[in-house]
Amino acid sequence: MTIKEIQNEIIDEFSMFDDWMQRYEYIIELGKSLPLIEEKYKTDENLIKGCQSKVWLQGEQNDDKIVFTADSDAILTKGIIAILIRAFSNQKAEDIIKADTEFIDEIGLKEHLSATRANGLVSMIKNIKMYALAFDAKNKN
Amino acid sequence: MLDIQQIRADFPILSQKVNGKPLVYFDNGATSQKPQIVIDAEVKYYQEINANIHRGVHTLSQLATDAYEISRGKIKEHINAKFAHEVLFTSGTTHGINLVSNGFASILKPGDEVIVSSLEHHSNIVPWQMLCEKTGAVLKVIPIDENGELILEDFDALLSEKTKVVTLNHISNALGIINPIKYIIGKAHAVGAAVLIDGAQAVPHLKPDVQELDCDFYAFSGHKMCGPTGTGILYGKEEWLNKLPPYQGGGEMIKEVTFEKTTYADLPHKFEAGTPNIAGGIVLGTAIDYLNSIGFENIQEYENELLAYATKRLLEIEGLKIYGTGKNKASVVSFNIDGIHPYDIGSIIDKLGIAVRTGHHCAQPIMNFFCIPGTIRASFSFYNTKEEIDQMVEAVKKAQTMLS
Repeated sequence: MTIKEIQNEIIDEFSMFDDWMQRYEYIIELGKSLPLIEEKYKTDENLIKGCQSKVWLQGEQNDDKIVFTADSDAILTKGIIAILIRAFSNQKAEDIIKADTEFIDEIGLKEHLSATRANGLVSMIKNIKMYALAFDAKNKN
Repeated sequence: MLDIQQIRADFPILSQKVNGKPLVYFDNGATSQKPQIVIDAEVKYYQEINANIHRGVHTLSQLATDAYEISRGKIKEHINAKFAHEVLFTSGTTHGINLVSNGFASILKPGDEVIVSSLEHHSNIVPWQMLCEKTGAVLKVIPIDENGELILEDFDALLSEKTKVVTLNHISNALGIINPIKYIIGKAHAVGAAVLIDGAQAVPHLKPDVQELDCDFYAFSGHKMCGPTGTGILYGKEEWLNKLPPYQGGGEMIKEVTFEKTTYADLPHKFEAGTPNIAGGIVLGTAIDYLNSIGFENIQEYENELLAYATKRLLEIEGLKIYGTGKNKASVVSFNIDGIHPYDIGSIIDKLGIAVRTGHHCAQPIMNFFCIPGTIRASFSFYNTKEEIDQMVEAVKKAQTMLS
């Protein structure tokens, strides 16, 4: 599936919920299914700075695709990163670079993009894109 | 006895809903809400007397200047400074601390020592670290115990003739602990050190008497005590303010300027370069009048009741731990729930209308001491109620169920 298709699928899933509680409960569930980063990759280098909670993110190239794993000490953050990984993991670098993130808005997580929390979500997206840019540059060389 | 419903009616923001729920505002440690009288005073200034101060001969300028200086006089009375010129208007506590720490750059020598406490907000750590880097002075730290109280024997042991400055908060922002500053000031003076007190968290709860405390500097913010943001006060003893060089150059702070030499204005203007936050300075006086009309004794008595009630109710929650269990506390409860990140709790109870602060509260050394990523901090004001505390407790329980 393309990134857009996955994002639409996520939007569909979230549209079934009537209120924030159901959405949050689902995010918590997703957090439990996050593809966990290997302990050895939980380094300072892979730590995304500026979040209230700690987030480690690791990207690896698998053929022409990038596979992400991650972890966080907060469960909601884990859920949010699980959503991002679902959308962006196992995709080509060039597609990740081009992809937009409007679906975050549509699933009602806009407040996590606000300046105070965000360093969280915004930095996660930034780091995912940075990985894509780095692998893309490497592949072209 | 305070009529809390009457008081709440003074604060228009308190009647609004957040996320569809009645707002429960327990982030008073970050900033307080403003009563209508303060909001009106800000508007009135711009509608009726807005003009630049200390300069114009025209009537409006004189009215604005008078109002600004009357406010300075009120604040002088409020903190019992000896002279009004010892009361400097600043943009907030951080500004006041930086004004002092920068001034000490011309006084400290390599090997001199600056003592801070483990309970400090970053704004009372970083300026002193910068000062030490600049001068070669050494930063020493008063440790805390498991209750979050300063270990005074260790403080005594840190003092020597090398100690030039001791700086600490009156009340800890992260834990609410009230520090024994009178003891610390006395001991520091005995070795000839100057003492700065960060009063940011104290002024909403009590009326500091700077002469009785005998501190050399006392810095605080207006916005935590019902005043406007971007306002603050630095009290400094006259002799110290005369000794320190100006912090910023500009208009207002000069006596005479030529390209060869500039002479500085007398206190307080020497430290008040540029056009200040005139409206804010005037309205801070209004806020202080408002607080005094309620009365700090009443405020303390009621807030202590809220603190005791919140502590009792929160401890009913299984796995909940309170940080800062010292005896002498302001109305702040900093806590965590076993196995749950404070960010998760904070995000969920926000959805239930409860505004608390989560995170390290700009006091990372305290979080490192307790080996935690942060806490949930509920800080109460005299306009909060026990019913609101009940709502918070229910919200926290709900979050705990969702998260475990």
